[in-house]
Amino acid sequence: MTDHSSDSFFSRLKAGLGKTRELLFMNVEAIARGIGPVDEKVLSDLEEALILADAGAGLAHEYAEQLRAKWRRGELPDVEALRAALRRMIAETLAPRMVPLAVAPPYPFVVLVVGVNGVGKTTTIGKMAHWLRGEGHPVLLAAADTFRAAAIEQLKVWADRAGAEFVRHQEGSDASAVAFDAVRAAAARGTHAVLIDTAGRLHTKAPLMEEMRKVVRIVGREIPGAPHEVLLVLDATNGRNAIAQAKTFREFTGVTGLALTKLDGTAKGGVVLSVTREIDAPIRFIGVGESVDDLRPFDAAAFAEALF
Amino acid sequence: MFENLTEKFQGVVKALRGQGRISEGNIEGALREVRLALLEADVNYNVVKDVTAAIKEKALGAEVLASLSPDQHFIKIVHDEMTKMMGGEAQELDLARRPPVPIMLVGLQGSGKTTSCGKLALYLQKKKRSPFLVPADVYRPAAIEQLKVLGSQIGIPVFDSNPGADPVEICREAVRFADRNGYDTVLLDTAGRLHIDEKLMEELRRIKEAVDPSDILLVADAMTGQDAVNVAKAFHGKLSLSGIVLTKMDGDARGGAALSIRAVTGAPIKFVGVGEKLDALEPFYPDRMASRILGMGDILTLVEKAQETIDEKQARELERKLRKSQFTLEDFREQLLRVRKMGSMEELLGMIPGMGGKLKDLKGAAPDEAELKRTLAIIDSMTREERRNVKVLNGSRRKRIALGSGTTVQEVNRLLKNFQQAEAMIKRFSQAGGRKAGRNLPFFR
Ligand SMILES: Nc1nc2c(ncn2[C@@H]2O[C@H](COP(=O)(O)OP(=O)(O)O)[C@@H](O)[C@H]2O)c(=O)[nH]1
Ligand SMILES: [Mg+2]
Repeated sequence: MTDHSSDSFFSRLKAGLGKTRELLFMNVEAIARGIGPVDEKVLSDLEEALILADAGAGLAHEYAEQLRAKWRRGELPDVEALRAALRRMIAETLAPRMVPLAVAPPYPFVVLVVGVNGVGKTTTIGKMAHWLRGEGHPVLLAAADTFRAAAIEQLKVWADRAGAEFVRHQEGSDASAVAFDAVRAAAARGTHAVLIDTAGRLHTKAPLMEEMRKVVRIVGREIPGAPHEVLLVLDATNGRNAIAQAKTFREFTGVTGLALTKLDGTAKGGVVLSVTREIDAPIRFIGVGESVDDLRPFDAAAFAEALF
Repeated sequence: MFENLTEKFQGVVKALRGQGRISEGNIEGALREVRLALLEADVNYNVVKDVTAAIKEKALGAEVLASLSPDQHFIKIVHDEMTKMMGGEAQELDLARRPPVPIMLVGLQGSGKTTSCGKLALYLQKKKRSPFLVPADVYRPAAIEQLKVLGSQIGIPVFDSNPGADPVEICREAVRFADRNGYDTVLLDTAGRLHIDEKLMEELRRIKEAVDPSDILLVADAMTGQDAVNVAKAFHGKLSLSGIVLTKMDGDARGGAALSIRAVTGAPIKFVGVGEKLDALEPFYPDRMASRILGMGDILTLVEKAQETIDEKQARELERKLRKSQFTLEDFREQLLRVRKMGSMEELLGMIPGMGGKLKDLKGAAPDEAELKRTLAIIDSMTREERRNVKVLNGSRRKRIALGSGTTVQEVNRLLKNFQQAEAMIKRFSQAGGRKAGRNLPFFR
């Protein structure tokens, strides 16, 4: 990825948090300051902080119980140690998910991007294209969102920004036909990466989900092994429904990677702790803004740091 | 999915079932279940605390309704309280003032503002108003184009915004344009933004100042999690929202954010979006939303219906009969009629607590409306004595009844068998469940 150190990632997240200091609740703040001894109140505040990060009541309780046991064994002398322990636990849980997306031969490497409406699929593709171009890869964007008004134009803007090739059909045409033409063109031209943008769809709509399955099949028939990545985009602002999204998209499209967007807000995206229990795909990227370079590789420790 | 949630919530019911009344001692478990259900539905943690406290207070102070068992009564209290918090009645846009009436749509990125603008335009057009669409998102690629496409799909004019201009100027200019051209309602589609982006939040405030909108609607995604309160607080603090549009309700999100947003802003939810098509906009029904968040709409409907159809005196009488084992075909008939009044069989089976998951196996077993009619005809063809004492029904009497009701002897036999089963079941219930168990289930078959 380009030269963004995890430092600037930290500062961005922290800056986001700083702005909302007044929105945070006092007791959570006390934990954030890391002062004082551990007691039942502090433990339940921590559980609350996890719930407020969308980790879910069940999971928050699990973590709190584990910490309580440690505390009873005398392993957590103060709040600072408590926080560090929780961060370590979360970072360890998520560490195996830190597998960056490797765009490698045989080319074209085909990425299908899926997700519900408005999560940031198109924007993430734009950012990915920019990153891959920076690494010297020729990239092609496929406008397979043929449904939403002006979705094709939106992706075209990103293709121009990133210096990527662009394949499109008419609005309203068949998504798999666009994907098919795109991978064909990429194979003919020696393009390294094809990023296929798709229309947002709620996972509950079976016909639309079947349409995705068809794209997977058609692309795979044309290029053996494709799509090499099915990237499910999740919005950090979403709560527990992300679990159902992940399960259903996996069932229909065989999700191989996740992107978690909008982490530049105050939503923490703690639901990925539950999502990664349900599906074993790694988290490839996080999105921290709307500009071309607001994409970062997922870092488990940094994520845990920003979570509560 | 839905059945799952229904079953999960039935933990609440079980905790209270068989208890004489709601008390400090037996309510804790049920409240914990409510709390978990609300959190899993994405209701904000702090809002959940307030809601459960209110429910507890109501439940402990409540007069026990004789027609409901404590578990059903508790569910009713939960539902009523949630409905109240959700805002009681559906609320309309404020269109009373002198046109052009500006309406501003605001919200986070990707929440569905542009689509909602198109939907509202179509909705207003159907109400015989002449709406005007204004794209004021100069940041997101092709956002202006998106609204133009939507406008042309529904034949509603769209302001030709200059992507290089200041959104405040675009809105001011567009309202003037609407005034000059006779459009009476102006829908301002603002760019999605983070609530902590001070510069962009200030831009919204300036738009508000420039055009003085009659409605400022926060467009929020039904899938939003705990962060909904922070978002709603910030937008409300800056703009004083007049209402909420809750989008993507056609999915399976339970939509707890609705309660959170409502709780922190006090603003009514005016519309819900239920699809990508431009006519997929509906008014908001607080009671339905309460059921949805709780994941248990079906049980509640049963409770309500049971309340309407079974009055207390009847219930006591039935109970007395059960105790004395005097349950007759006349009572059976009455039960059948009650069942029918409450709704179709399949619908009803789905509503019975504990049956959600077993619905599929039971569907075939339930008598349909035609069968119900025949059953009633059979009972009606009996003499009073026969109805009160089935033991007298010998072969020739059965033949006569079959003839009189236009059925067959086999059908008469089947009915009698069903009745005996129902009788046995009722006895079991009244022994196992104690005082109140018998009265809540409608018996048939
Ligand atoms: N703040 C923020 N906004 C984002 C991010 N990713 C996408 N967006 C915005 O979210 C909205 C929806 O994004 P889009 O890519 O069109 O979503 P799609 O419908 O899934 O393709 C747009 O306004 C994007 O600019 C992110 O990481 N942070
Ligand atoms: Mg898109």
